[in-house]
Amino acid sequence: MSDTGHSLNGGWRVRDMASRARRAPSSRTDTAFRGFTIACSLFIALLMLGITIALVEGSWESMREFGLSFLWTSDWDINKGVYGALTPMIGTLTTTLIAMGIALPLALVIALLLVELVHPVAARIIGTAVEMLAAIPSIIYGMWGLFVLVPIMQAHVIPWLQSTPLGQIPWLLGGPPLGVGILTAGLILAFMVLPFITAVSRDVLRMVPTVTKEAGYGMGATTWEVTRKVSFRYGFGGFVGATFIGLGRAFGETMAVAYVIGNSFTIPESIIAPGTTFASAIANQFPEAVGLQKAALMELGLILFLVTIVFQLIAQLWLGYVNKKVGIR
Amino acid sequence: MREPTTEVSTAEPQSQATVVPPRIEVDDVTQAGQERHSDLEVKMSVRNLDFWYGKSQALFDNSIDYYQNRVTAIIGPSGCGKSTHIRCLNRIYELYRDHKASGEIVLDGNNVLGSGVDVLDVRRRVGMIFQKPSPFPMTVFENIAYGLKLFYKLNRSELRDRVEDALRRAALWDEVKDKLNEPGTGLSGGQQQRLCIARTIATEPEVVLMDEPCSAIDPIATGKIEDLIEELKHQYTILIVTHNMQQAARVSEYTAFFFQGYIVEFGETTKLFSNPDQKQTEDYITGRFG
Repeated sequence: MSDTGHSLNGGWRVRDMASRARRAPSSRTDTAFRGFTIACSLFIALLMLGITIALVEGSWESMREFGLSFLWTSDWDINKGVYGALTPMIGTLTTTLIAMGIALPLALVIALLLVELVHPVAARIIGTAVEMLAAIPSIIYGMWGLFVLVPIMQAHVIPWLQSTPLGQIPWLLGGPPLGVGILTAGLILAFMVLPFITAVSRDVLRMVPTVTKEAGYGMGATTWEVTRKVSFRYGFGGFVGATFIGLGRAFGETMAVAYVIGNSFTIPESIIAPGTTFASAIANQFPEAVGLQKAALMELGLILFLVTIVFQLIAQLWLGYVNKKVGIR
Repeated sequence: MREPTTEVSTAEPQSQATVVPPRIEVDDVTQAGQERHSDLEVKMSVRNLDFWYGKSQALFDNSIDYYQNRVTAIIGPSGCGKSTHIRCLNRIYELYRDHKASGEIVLDGNNVLGSGVDVLDVRRRVGMIFQKPSPFPMTVFENIAYGLKLFYKLNRSELRDRVEDALRRAALWDEVKDKLNEPGTGLSGGQQQRLCIARTIATEPEVVLMDEPCSAIDPIATGKIEDLIEELKHQYTILIVTHNMQQAARVSEYTAFFFQGYIVEFGETTKLFSNPDQKQTEDYITGRFG
């Protein structure tokens, strides 16, 4: 992530100069070092290329069979040998959307609380607790989700949601409260991405220069006004970066989702219905898959891979544009 | 407000001879000068101000009057409490948990440090310019509009007019009128500092606190800011913390010398620099320490 760059750059420049001052550069070691760094970065590029080639090769059979219609076919029928990516695509997008919708505001509020509002000691305790969430292996989230969260969702949360006016919208909350499904998966994902977004947001808020904040307060602004118009503006690029970190994680998260989403290859009728995602579909079916099914799963993997990369690219470009516009870098 | 009955100073050449405000006579520093203090209107008056950073006390029993439409320079060696002192005047110190002040700071008859005071209103009335130029991460226009939007309900054209007016008064308009939609951080250091001044005066404060406003910018930009201070004092009461004694002598009518948290001496700038009462003041201004 590049949005922490501006704090680091200054430090690097200083170190650079220090090392230069120590002794004159030797052209031989410089050349060797340069070659080494180029080789290392080429390795990354080759790795990306290799993965892409492997995925394309693996999914070749499926691509030849279904062509682009793979993207909008909802069937996934092993007996008939018809496969399509629409159901996992819908599942992936909705779970991610739900996760981000819950995690992002929560993370911003927590980060704000940690940086601006609570006593430093309390901030450290809460901050550590949030960071611990990130250390929990995803399989634990999956187990906890299946054995604890799913029954609660089934018995309490979903019936309650269905009793609210929102429950009358069939495509939103229609259908039997199974517990497993899109909503539960989204909720689990929200818990999982929360620490990442919180940690980055907190660092972003901490990077807002004291003098800029004081200038805001000095104008007679309230904490909220300074936060909203100065700190958030200053950290906007960082928050977008944090969001994309969360998105990347939510998109590709496998085990926890596989446990609680229900793994159904029919298009979900509502957000409480079971569904599947790219990653959980692959995890569930790959061990027994052969032939065309295996190729179709490979193609799901390829789509996931490409979408994630495109997301990252857009994020980077946009970040650059936004930061230039507000003049942070 | 009554104007003091002093004559125009001849102590230094004035470029804008037409708008030079009444100044205290250089030679006339004894009884007569003291008399005239009482003719000046006191805008802000500090009484028995003590300040603590946690358990360590940084200000001791500061008592001082700041006169309306005058520039008061605050000088003293590093760490003597200059910045701390002015950070009390708009209660900006309160942002930090263990910073505590006690005493009285009276602004137009009301104790700023008293409970039940609207801090936000105090900070609007007592604007602050910081050592480092601190433009907000927004465009030039938005930087000025920020404060305006906090306190006034303005439509688009009113807002534009007020922004232009503030930039003109900060002598920055001609330099930035084609850059209003560019980031404020893209301006030069001196321009950024004048942008901050424009931002502060846009909301019509009564007192402007300047905490070493020129220490991070080059001499030419410093000159521009000093000219600006000269202009602004007709409308505002200005306090300027500075390490630069020539600057204090150039821009201020009054000077306070701080040392180790105490106000050692306060008086007319010309007197304080030419004939200080206190030994410590003399040692400092003659460069014997600090």
